[in-house]
Amino acid sequence: MTFPGARSTTSPPALDIDGVSKYYGHFPALRDIRIKVAAGSTVALLGRNGAGKTTLLKIIAGLSKPSQGSVRIGGQEVREQATRARIGVLGHGISVYDELSALENLTIFAKLYSLPEPERRALEWLERTGLDRVRDGLVREFSRGMRQRLAVARAFIHEPEVLLMDEPFTALDDRAIAVLQDLLADAHASGRTIIMSTHQLREALELATDVVLIQRGQIAHAGPRTQEMVDDTGWLYRTYGED
Amino acid sequence: MTPFLRATITIAAKDLRSEFRTKEAFNASLSFSVVILVLFSFAFDPTSEQMQSISGGLLWLVFSFASALSLNRSFARELQNDCLDALVCAPVPVAAIFLGKALANYLLLICVEITALAVFALFYDTHFSQQLGPILLVIALGTWGMTVIGTTFSALTVNLRMREVMLPTLVYPLLVPALMAAMTLTTDLMNGMPLGGDNLLWLRVLTGFDFIYTLLAMVFIDIVVVG
Amino acid sequence: MSETVSEKTRDRIMYVLAMLSAALLTWNLYKIFMILPDEKNQGAIYRIVYMHVPSIFTGFTGFFVALAASALYLITKDLKYDAFAAAVTEVSLAFASIVLATGMIWGRIIWGIWWAWDARLTTMLVCWLIYFGYVMLRRAIDEPTQRARLSAVVSVFGCVDIMIVYKSIEWWRTQHPAPVLSVRDGGGMGPGMESPIYWNWLAFMCLAAILVMVRMRQESISREIDSLRRMAHAY
Repeated sequence: MTFPGARSTTSPPALDIDGVSKYYGHFPALRDIRIKVAAGSTVALLGRNGAGKTTLLKIIAGLSKPSQGSVRIGGQEVREQATRARIGVLGHGISVYDELSALENLTIFAKLYSLPEPERRALEWLERTGLDRVRDGLVREFSRGMRQRLAVARAFIHEPEVLLMDEPFTALDDRAIAVLQDLLADAHASGRTIIMSTHQLREALELATDVVLIQRGQIAHAGPRTQEMVDDTGWLYRTYGED
Repeated sequence: MTPFLRATITIAAKDLRSEFRTKEAFNASLSFSVVILVLFSFAFDPTSEQMQSISGGLLWLVFSFASALSLNRSFARELQNDCLDALVCAPVPVAAIFLGKALANYLLLICVEITALAVFALFYDTHFSQQLGPILLVIALGTWGMTVIGTTFSALTVNLRMREVMLPTLVYPLLVPALMAAMTLTTDLMNGMPLGGDNLLWLRVLTGFDFIYTLLAMVFIDIVVVG
Repeated sequence: MSETVSEKTRDRIMYVLAMLSAALLTWNLYKIFMILPDEKNQGAIYRIVYMHVPSIFTGFTGFFVALAASALYLITKDLKYDAFAAAVTEVSLAFASIVLATGMIWGRIIWGIWWAWDARLTTMLVCWLIYFGYVMLRRAIDEPTQRARLSAVVSVFGCVDIMIVYKSIEWWRTQHPAPVLSVRDGGGMGPGMESPIYWNWLAFMCLAAILVMVRMRQESISREIDSLRRMAHAY
């Protein structure tokens, strides 16, 4: 399945998932997934719990190796070091350290991404997520919403070309959702590629340019987002799902 | 500075900083070591000649018990909030992350051990001042061996049920050659024997162990963490 | 269809090996107990060597085969090598236990003590502990692919360790030879006394092969059950 995406270019697709399968023992968690995503698309990865969304995102993020097939980001293998600098991952956990301050957390990741002037970059992002006033506070003492905003800053501090998000809207408070939505709008406007798995059909479908429905580890439907999907969130499952 | 080295130092600094804030591992390891040292005095007559001949063994038993406590925490600390995922996603080799964590563990353990050594000297009538340099060398080498194996297996067991049980079950048998060498050397040095002759053989075992396992760990850590 | 054919072939191979092993063992036992005389220094107990030494050979052959299988798994990611490595390690661990048990019985009679901290004994014990850890680790991991990967790494680390332990303990005990050990060097093998060791080795290897095959079948069935269970839960 190839998405035309927002822009058409002759360069390799932003994300090329080529025949990816993942087995746990004999159990196929993913079977022969093929998706090409053009730069600038926003893809909503939909499916029930246990359908394989998280597994697929982990493979795209390079956190887990596929049993077969390959994942390329802009034409490069995902486990190559240079490729990893081009993706930003926001997973289930917030991936920041409780015993460190907000600024320390972001500085560490800025350093790991070899960003110039890591501390300045960290401060910039603290401001962007509205955490500049508590920059020296320990994450342990943060409220839930503050932790989530910090997690967003941590994931995208290196301004990646491809943003991967696993259930980004689940368990976020209003302010964090607003921060995230702003960020995603910005990212989309500047031509970045966004892949998100989600249960929150409405939020996801409003943002998405394309939709992939995964069922039992296989692609049940992949295509551009249509208006009827937004109007009636049950439509997608009724039309392409088994129930 | 190469990117590899920079990543290693960043990770090591991060671990040391959070350890410095909480002092969890340090306090646990140190109080545990002191308790064991006190308990040893009941096991045998602490003033006898016998004490001299087993001092090295005692000391390394204390060190290896204490190390299990802090090494267990090494990768487990990354599980909280799924931090390990973020580290693995970062454009740095897993080997650099491993080395950074190993360095942090190493410095922490060395601090615990030096303190335990001082307590040991206070409680038991040992005379290691004449061979202090070589003793420190043996501690440095032996601790690195424990750290490399311990950190590798901390990564390996991090997602398992019964992590706390699995780590020592796997680590102690593997540490036999290193501990054997370190114990023999330390006992000899504490009895005033200089480094040389037969002892050099043990020093070679210890150095070889460190070298082989550092290499193996760097090669296999990617398989262990990512798959 | 091909599955059932290979199943049948495997069964046939197992029966052949079992008969070979049984025949060899019977002949060897007859020879060891009825034909060979008592050894002049040790008396009747020396016969335990015919169990002890072949078990060592079988066990160590197994551990090295397991190392190779683990390496192959890491290279190919094919779970059949993992099943092979696991089966071989477990069977070798059983033979290692025989080595320890027979060695201790012999030591009790000849040395008067159950255990001596001699180079070979200590190596064997450390080896046993390492591979016991391997088996424990396998039990602690549910997901077959993760289990295969992590236990393969442990197998590599363990095998390297045993080589280091062996070398270093040799040095250690050659520096401080324990007097009880001279008995061991004193008793040489008389003519015709040595060959049953090798014949028994062959018999033990056949036995080990059968056990490995049974264990591998269990392993593949349990993997299948695991994947069926996952499927039942997933869909």
